[in-house]
Amino acid sequence: MVKAEGVHKSFGHVEVLKGIDLEVAPREVMCIVGPSGSGKSTFLRCINHLERINAGRLWVNGHLVGYREKGGRLHELRDAEVAAQRRDIGMVFQRFNLFPHMTALENVIEAPIQVKGVGRAEARERGAALLERVGLADRVHNYPNQLSGGQQQRVAIARALAMEPQLMLFDEPTSALDPELVGEVLDVMRGLAADGMTMVVVTHEMGFAREVGDTLVFMDDGVIVESGDPRSVLTDPQHERTRSFLSKVL
Amino acid sequence: MSADPSTSPAPPEQIRAVPVRHPGRWIATAVIAVLAAMFVHMLATNPVFQWDFMVDNMFSDPVLRGARTTLIMTVLAMIIGILLGIVLAVMRLSANPVVSGAAWVYIWFFRAIPRIVLLFFSASLGALYSTYELGFPFDQQLMDLFGFTGDWRFLSLDGNDIFRGFVAGLLGLALSEGAYAAEIVRAGIQSVDPGQAEAAQALGMSRGKTMRRIVLPQAMRVIIPPMGNETIAMLKDTSLLIAVPVTNELNFQLRAIGSRTFQVIPMAVASILWYLALASLLMIGQHFLEKRFSRGFGNRETRQQRAARRARDVGSTH
Repeated sequence: MVKAEGVHKSFGHVEVLKGIDLEVAPREVMCIVGPSGSGKSTFLRCINHLERINAGRLWVNGHLVGYREKGGRLHELRDAEVAAQRRDIGMVFQRFNLFPHMTALENVIEAPIQVKGVGRAEARERGAALLERVGLADRVHNYPNQLSGGQQQRVAIARALAMEPQLMLFDEPTSALDPELVGEVLDVMRGLAADGMTMVVVTHEMGFAREVGDTLVFMDDGVIVESGDPRSVLTDPQHERTRSFLSKVL
Repeated sequence: MSADPSTSPAPPEQIRAVPVRHPGRWIATAVIAVLAAMFVHMLATNPVFQWDFMVDNMFSDPVLRGARTTLIMTVLAMIIGILLGIVLAVMRLSANPVVSGAAWVYIWFFRAIPRIVLLFFSASLGALYSTYELGFPFDQQLMDLFGFTGDWRFLSLDGNDIFRGFVAGLLGLALSEGAYAAEIVRAGIQSVDPGQAEAAQALGMSRGKTMRRIVLPQAMRVIIPPMGNETIAMLKDTSLLIAVPVTNELNFQLRAIGSRTFQVIPMAVASILWYLALASLLMIGQHFLEKRFSRGFGNRETRQQRAARRARDVGSTH
């Protein structure tokens, strides 16, 4: 579903990603952990081309992200083509980024109506069903500022799901939440994983990674230090850097 | 826990303290009251005000027509100015340095020139060219180059005909407003969290849709209060239309009556009252616009929420 080969990304002179190779299979849940500044969020943002990679290749669903290869050269995709690629990729942000001037339901139906051209009545029906699925059936007409952080993040997940993505990216979805609200968001994500959604999750929730993740990737300083089955990486890390990171967070 | 009154503790004794005295407030009130009384006394006793004359004349037909012209001019100049401002603000934020630079030059130019000078100039455009034609750029030069004669033009207008009166005034005021509006709109756009545009793009929305559906509606909250200032400033600046000249506007008509009858003060007061009334009218409009675009920001409940709450309340009382 996702394939990265030697992905590099620099901001000015600072090299944030120094050659990332990985592969995410369909229906796989990959959790990426690591200290802040290790490049894990940047990598996630590269997957839907919110950041442009400087070197290497990145494919989603067999399509090169942000470029077209023709005659041995890479051609940048036009804005409309990039937008089309993003339709199949849902993204959930650390700070929710809900549209504050729209109710929960309006947030969820906005993209299906505006981007996919779904009819209003149909979009509302499906949006209400999605909000019910994330446990917010009684909050459909609330504005984001009338919702708790956990509720906002669940609306954000419903909003991403409304585009019927084949891949979901989570960028530290619980980092901005009060501790007692983390569980409700993780529950929704657990349900998604159980339904077979392909997910890449940047997180600090080691419990979630152990329980739900199929693969755990530990990144530090722009490289993948080690990866594998979460249970084995978490209990028996092979590298010193992994060991020292886990000793601080576990 | 049940709220059985027989077991709940007695309510705490309410504090009844002697409030702090504020003698300064009483003194200030007395001073202001005396000044206000003096002012009202002056209005009532000075015969120069000629209140009867003023009331008789401030609603005469030419004045009412003038008020209508002033209001229409204000609204049209603001609409064109704001549309222009949105285009310029988007240009200014463009990644293309030529586009952004062009917007900068426009704003630089039209903010520097006093409106009365612009109005005077736009009324003189008929002297620059006597006819204004729409067609292919450099058509005659290109024709010449290939050895043909003739031109590619499809619309021709008499310069002295279009650039006078209302149109010349509207042109000057709207072009000037565009420059100010551009900066206000730009500030509004930049006040919106970049995460909003990112979230919209991650959903596959195009740049244009992101701007129209997500960024601008949120920017409006920041844009409207200064734009209210601009609108009221525009209302007052319609009195500059004398430079064009546009003579059927409010201030000119009131002053004309004043100088014709030698009753200058009553008609000046009439002017003040008219502008106060029109500005108040525009402020009411602003109030409703602000309410419309504060959706999701205050703690106001929505219509659907109110309906849901009422349904719950009714359910619980039975």
